[in-house]
Amino acid sequence: MQALTNRAKPVDRRPMTFFEKLYLPAIAKGMGITFKHIFRKKATVNYPEETRPFSPVFRGLHILNRDEEGRERCTACGLCAVACPAEAITMEAAERLPGEEHLYREEKYAARYEINMLRCIFCGFCEEACPKQAIYMTETFAPANYQRKGFIYGKDDLLIPDPKNPITVNK
Amino acid sequence: MDLTLIDKYFLIEKIGLISAVLAISLLIAMYSTWAERKVAAWIQDRRGPNRAGPFGLLQPLADGGKLFFKEEIIPSTANHFLFVLGPSMAMLTACLTSAVIPWGDVLNFGGYAVSLQIADVNIGVLWIMAVVGMGVYGIMIGGWASNNKFSLLAACRGASQVISYELPMGLALIALFMISGSLSLKDIVEQQRDGLWYVVLQPVGFLIFLICAFAECNRTPFDLPEAENELNGGYHLEYSSMKLGFYLFAEYINMFISSALMATLYFGGYSFPYMDSLGLSPNLVTILGICALFLKTFAFIFFFMWVRWTLPRFRYDQLMKLGWKVLIPLALLNMLITGAVILYRQNGF
Repeated sequence: MQALTNRAKPVDRRPMTFFEKLYLPAIAKGMGITFKHIFRKKATVNYPEETRPFSPVFRGLHILNRDEEGRERCTACGLCAVACPAEAITMEAAERLPGEEHLYREEKYAARYEINMLRCIFCGFCEEACPKQAIYMTETFAPANYQRKGFIYGKDDLLIPDPKNPITVNK
Repeated sequence: MDLTLIDKYFLIEKIGLISAVLAISLLIAMYSTWAERKVAAWIQDRRGPNRAGPFGLLQPLADGGKLFFKEEIIPSTANHFLFVLGPSMAMLTACLTSAVIPWGDVLNFGGYAVSLQIADVNIGVLWIMAVVGMGVYGIMIGGWASNNKFSLLAACRGASQVISYELPMGLALIALFMISGSLSLKDIVEQQRDGLWYVVLQPVGFLIFLICAFAECNRTPFDLPEAENELNGGYHLEYSSMKLGFYLFAEYINMFISSALMATLYFGGYSFPYMDSLGLSPNLVTILGICALFLKTFAFIFFFMWVRWTLPRFRYDQLMKLGWKVLIPLALLNMLITGAVILYRQNGF
């Protein structure tokens, strides 16, 4: 039979010689290999104290961004929800009332904005779809919670603190 | 014999020694579990336990505490008496062997000489062989009393393995005794103190003894009684809580004792090179000797672990073949050659 590729390696099926049957030289060789590994660099990262450096395009948990004056950028256009292949994003739009110009940048804003982190596949399409540069993905990851409903992140989880008035964020 | 005739100081000395040796064996067994995990981790390019205390040194305490607080489960179909007897036997026999090992030479306390050996019996090695032979009852009884087919299978494996490997072990030791002319471990160490270490005179015997020690301790590559992937854990499958802890602990004590035994029989025990020409006070030399013995013992314990994380487990037929068809003939041949050489050196042709 002709070989399909030229990568086939012949297997030595000769019976073992007496030297090979002693096994001890082979064992010594194997133990040499394991002994060398004792002094190798450890592959483990001491996780909570050290973290692995991320690539610049790492996609972690989302944030909702604000503009230079601390106003919410999101206008609840729904493009992120449309782009989301996992259908993890929902939102409810509301109209900005007079006197709220310092809170919301445009006339429309998201009254409710939720991302289900159990559905999210962290593809980053929402970030690409956003015309207002409102949603970004950070380097935060591995969220933990006791209940499933804890993984549905609302605006208070996603919105970054207001640089001018930090108290308003935490409701 | 009238008990009042026994010297009061003698009693205190022996009780002190026994407590010390027992405490040290338990401590070393405890930290062997830590060392095992560290060595395993290093060999696999990992870090090992490092959360409990500095370098994870409190890990054995955490493990022990966990075992104590775990629920104790005795299966309803198990034989209760034997189920408790199993781990007790394993632990008892593991601790008994340390009685005849000379941990050091003589310490002098203002004219009162204390020999650092609990019992210098003239059949020391025979005692060890006897106790090790009894050790298999721990496995056998535990496996039988669990009333579980996997435990029983493991117990049968353990029993046949220990019986098979005791033979070449004994034969390897006979060759050693033909040279030393004594079964007392103290004598054997004293002979190596002046002359060569017996590993030089008996390399094949040492190799056989080493392999058999691995088998007797149920360590990889001979851990067939605990083959978890075929027996669900082996003879201690039904055990929980500290009874399981006793079984695991007994294994580590056995490892420590066999390491100490190998150091004593083949590597000069508490003696070290040039110990009599240093010109130090005898007490200091004795203490250095204890350190030397423990250094050798630790080296062997490390070797045990090193082998465990290098070699895979033997298949059962390979184990039996190695024991009966390779080691026993080899040990017999070794014995024959040793005898011939001794005769030649005594009488010529």
